[in-house]
Amino acid sequence: MSTIIVSALFTAVWVAITGSASFHNLAFGFLLATLCLWIVRDEIGGRGYWKRFGRILSLCLLFLKELALSAWKVAVMVVSPRMDLKPGIFAFPLTVDRDFEITLLANLITLTPGTLSVDVSADRKTLFVHAIDCSDIEATRRDIAEGFERKIMEAFR
Amino acid sequence: MDMLLALATAGLILSGSAFALIAAIGINRLPDIYTRMHAASKAGTVGSGLMLLAVGVHSGDLATLARALAGFFFFILTAPVSAHLLAKAAHQVGYSLSPRSVCDEMSEHEKRI
Amino acid sequence: MSAPDTVLSVAISIGLVALGIAFLLTVYRVIKGPTLPDRVVALDMLVGIVIGFIGVIAIRTGFTLYIDIAISLGLVGFLATVAFARFILARGGDGSSEAAPAPAEAAASGSKTASKTAGRAGGRAKAKSASLAARKGRKA
Repeated sequence: MSTIIVSALFTAVWVAITGSASFHNLAFGFLLATLCLWIVRDEIGGRGYWKRFGRILSLCLLFLKELALSAWKVAVMVVSPRMDLKPGIFAFPLTVDRDFEITLLANLITLTPGTLSVDVSADRKTLFVHAIDCSDIEATRRDIAEGFERKIMEAFR
Repeated sequence: MDMLLALATAGLILSGSAFALIAAIGINRLPDIYTRMHAASKAGTVGSGLMLLAVGVHSGDLATLARALAGFFFFILTAPVSAHLLAKAAHQVGYSLSPRSVCDEMSEHEKRI
Repeated sequence: MSAPDTVLSVAISIGLVALGIAFLLTVYRVIKGPTLPDRVVALDMLVGIVIGFIGVIAIRTGFTLYIDIAISLGLVGFLATVAFARFILARGGDGSSEAAPAPAEAAASGSKTASKTAGRAGGRAKAKSASLAARKGRKA
């Protein structure tokens, strides 16, 4: 069931990119999507897609909001005449432990205001984050843990 | 309607180029690689993404808009990956943080190992 | 010339000027460096600005096909940055620069004789302090 939803999504992307919504193109896109999913059929085992869909969507919205906010903050900081920087790298203890979730969290952190993920420790328990403003590390840590990390746990657990 | 479209396009162009300009200023003003990366990966990406959206809005064609949106998402998905890779490489190889930095828990962590 | 066209052409002119200044500033950073990662960041940024240029030109000429060019340029830029990151890792911390003084303890010790490759295999911290020491030695 879930594969059909995913392939419908892929079809939509195909139609969007090729830019024509004719029947032939739809059919071809669906065929292509099914083929792609068939190739990786062992790696994807999906269930409960619909329930997750809303949560993933809310994660996407949060992401877009944070992106706009972060671009704005960087802009304000750069054009302010006196740059008051306290840059530094701090360690963020990870609660999520799957590769996929860590990747997602690192990407989200990079696009949030003033933070940029640099590295993951070898044991995958710590994420090193470079922040422009390191004056209150604890608050930044709390923000990440209660914002993105919790949302990711909700969406993919 | 035409006026509205033109105004939306003009707004997107102006904000996009403003973000690109700010990112370029940031790259010149900020003290070290890591802080410069903040400017490039955020303001720069948003700048080029807004330009693509401007093209999509201006064309007034759904197919073009969808392609522009796809491009926009593509950019904001790849930007953090390249920024992270670059920061990781730079830190591993030992390019130091600017002297104004207040903490570097990563080096401390590596020392402990 | 109707009003919408005027608005658009003014916006396009301002946008082109802003992008041009941004381009020059970024090129200045590419030339000045001082380190290789700085240049790579600036080059990455340059790709973004060129994508902006392509967008403006697409609006000006009305060829929406330019979007595809912009997307493929973005892909090439991304791959180039990834390749550069691998290159920085592979080259080691030689650094063509007067690096900023190391924050506190990093430069304290580290034998100059530890070769870069051995350091990388052994431990990052060691390679780091070794390269920093080497840089300091060159400066002195």
